[in-house]
Amino acid sequence: MTDRPLPGDRSERPLEDRRPLRTDGSPPPDAPGIPIRRPGDDLRVRAAIRRELEGDVAAHHGDGGLDDANRDTVQQGVMALENIYLAFDEPILEDVSFSADEGDTIAVAGESGTGKSTILKLLLRLLVPERGRVFIDNEEITELSFNDALKVRQKMGMVFQSAALFDSMTVYENIAYPLREHTDLSEDQIVERVREKLSFVDLEPDRVIDQMPSELSGGMRKRVGIARGMANNPKIMLYDEPTSGLDPLTTATITHLIMKLQRELGVTSVVVTHDIRSAFRMASKIAVLAERKIAFFGTPEEMAGSDDKYLRDFLGGF
Amino acid sequence: MVSKLSTHERAGKPGTPASNLLHLLRDPVANGCHPPPVRGASFPQQTFLLLERFNNAAKRKIHSLQEFFVLGGKSIGFAFSRPFYGGDLVQQMEAIGVQSMAIVLLTGFFTGMVLALQSAIALKTFGATLYIGRLVAGSMIRELGPVLAGLMVAGRVGSGIAAQLGSMRVTEQIDALNTLGTDPIRKLATPRVLAALIMLPTLTVINDFAGILGGSVIAAAYVGIPTSVYWGTVWDQIASGGFIFKYIPIDFVHGLVKPFVFGGIIALTATHFGLKTTGGTEGVGVATTRTVVTASILILVIDYFITQLLISILGS
Repeated sequence: MTDRPLPGDRSERPLEDRRPLRTDGSPPPDAPGIPIRRPGDDLRVRAAIRRELEGDVAAHHGDGGLDDANRDTVQQGVMALENIYLAFDEPILEDVSFSADEGDTIAVAGESGTGKSTILKLLLRLLVPERGRVFIDNEEITELSFNDALKVRQKMGMVFQSAALFDSMTVYENIAYPLREHTDLSEDQIVERVREKLSFVDLEPDRVIDQMPSELSGGMRKRVGIARGMANNPKIMLYDEPTSGLDPLTTATITHLIMKLQRELGVTSVVVTHDIRSAFRMASKIAVLAERKIAFFGTPEEMAGSDDKYLRDFLGGF
Repeated sequence: MVSKLSTHERAGKPGTPASNLLHLLRDPVANGCHPPPVRGASFPQQTFLLLERFNNAAKRKIHSLQEFFVLGGKSIGFAFSRPFYGGDLVQQMEAIGVQSMAIVLLTGFFTGMVLALQSAIALKTFGATLYIGRLVAGSMIRELGPVLAGLMVAGRVGSGIAAQLGSMRVTEQIDALNTLGTDPIRKLATPRVLAALIMLPTLTVINDFAGILGGSVIAAAYVGIPTSVYWGTVWDQIASGGFIFKYIPIDFVHGLVKPFVFGGIIALTATHFGLKTTGGTEGVGVATTRTVVTASILILVIDYFITQLLISILGS
């Protein structure tokens, strides 16, 4: 081993040479080749994969390195994270970058404690990174005030791991909440919208609308959570472990719902999940977090075809 | 360094506080300071690490205090800007005020009764049992009414608020509010603080009245003082304290300023501990306990300072 920086190690490279990851997946005409992979050297292999993806971006834009000014035009889009560094007592995320185009479904996978849910909090600006920038709908949200951040959050719908329905409110009041808060819709229009969203998530409005969250099953609560998240017709939907703790059939239903949202409404989604099977079904791209960094970002096909030991281990028997 | 002393031997080390501190600094492990900052570190290093630990603990406390005051400022500030959650305010006034009425009536009534009973025994010695009404009214209106109502509400309502907000925190409902574009302080803290500020003085008035009524029952049944005489002495007591703006008895000012402050303390302490709950259901229990203990202690301590302040401003 030498002290030379690993290929693609962004932290060792000059700022002007740090480029965002490519998101369209097209092959690079002049991308640098993947360095020789040494057996067992997972870090090196993962860095190489990343470098390959970075090379894609450079090739796509026809230059060897983008400066800070035109890097914005690449990063901005429906949603983007750029060189995020976040630490509390110790680093949580280091140099994390990826972006989503309109209608993309990005699955964020990784072992427990690798900072997957933290990414959602960064996108919602519940957390502010120490370094790096976050873009939502072409707007940098990193420096926004608390009140402006509340407005940006209205562009996003969030589905929590535990559904996080307000347990003192009925299903109707839960879904109507964002509409009452941020729109001037009349009560009749709100009723209509709530019924529409409940039907979209395959729940019978007449049956559940007056029920309390405690009276619902886990799967139904998740679906009501999705209905509440999409009540305001957001551009971006964020899901935190949407299928965890559910039986296989309900898992399939929730996965189908997320796909339906993307297919019928063109919503951009970020799904944090352990469930690699669902991720492969629904995601247009998968980001794998390992050791606080993006170990892989690409299509499910690219992931399945990868011979990286870590990725193979992560995919397990799938 | 590993101590060969047993726990009892460590705890039973003789010496003055100063020498104990010296022992602790010399050998934190042997003196029961667990875990040691760094095993094998030299004395200056261990001393430095120990001081650093105290420093960090102090910083955490100060930070928590700062959060408490920021929460207080925002909770009150949001009452003067839109959106305002009027429905939640009414709901909280019902939960804090109306639902606490029964326990406040009960505790007030029995406290008044026991006050009358005890003072009757004491006053009988001097043949001054006629003054039972003055004693009960003075004690209830100025001190016992506000403090008892405060402690009862801290126990019943403070714990309820902390448990509710703590549960909302651990089940991600607070995060959900944030993601739905609502400031949790505006939605959850402001209505609770305002409701407590309004309802605690109201409860105190009820408590005072129940206490004086309880005293009158004992005065009539046990001591044989006519009810009209008893209530006459109650008014004498109120009037003897003097008036401000000609018509407002100073006793009433004492009795109403305190619960107003106590209401703020209870609601803010509960929302503070509730909103910063961590650690699942166990954390909710911790937040609840801390709320009741902290609010009760603050009520008793601040009661003294408010009394001192009011006496120095209003006299008597």
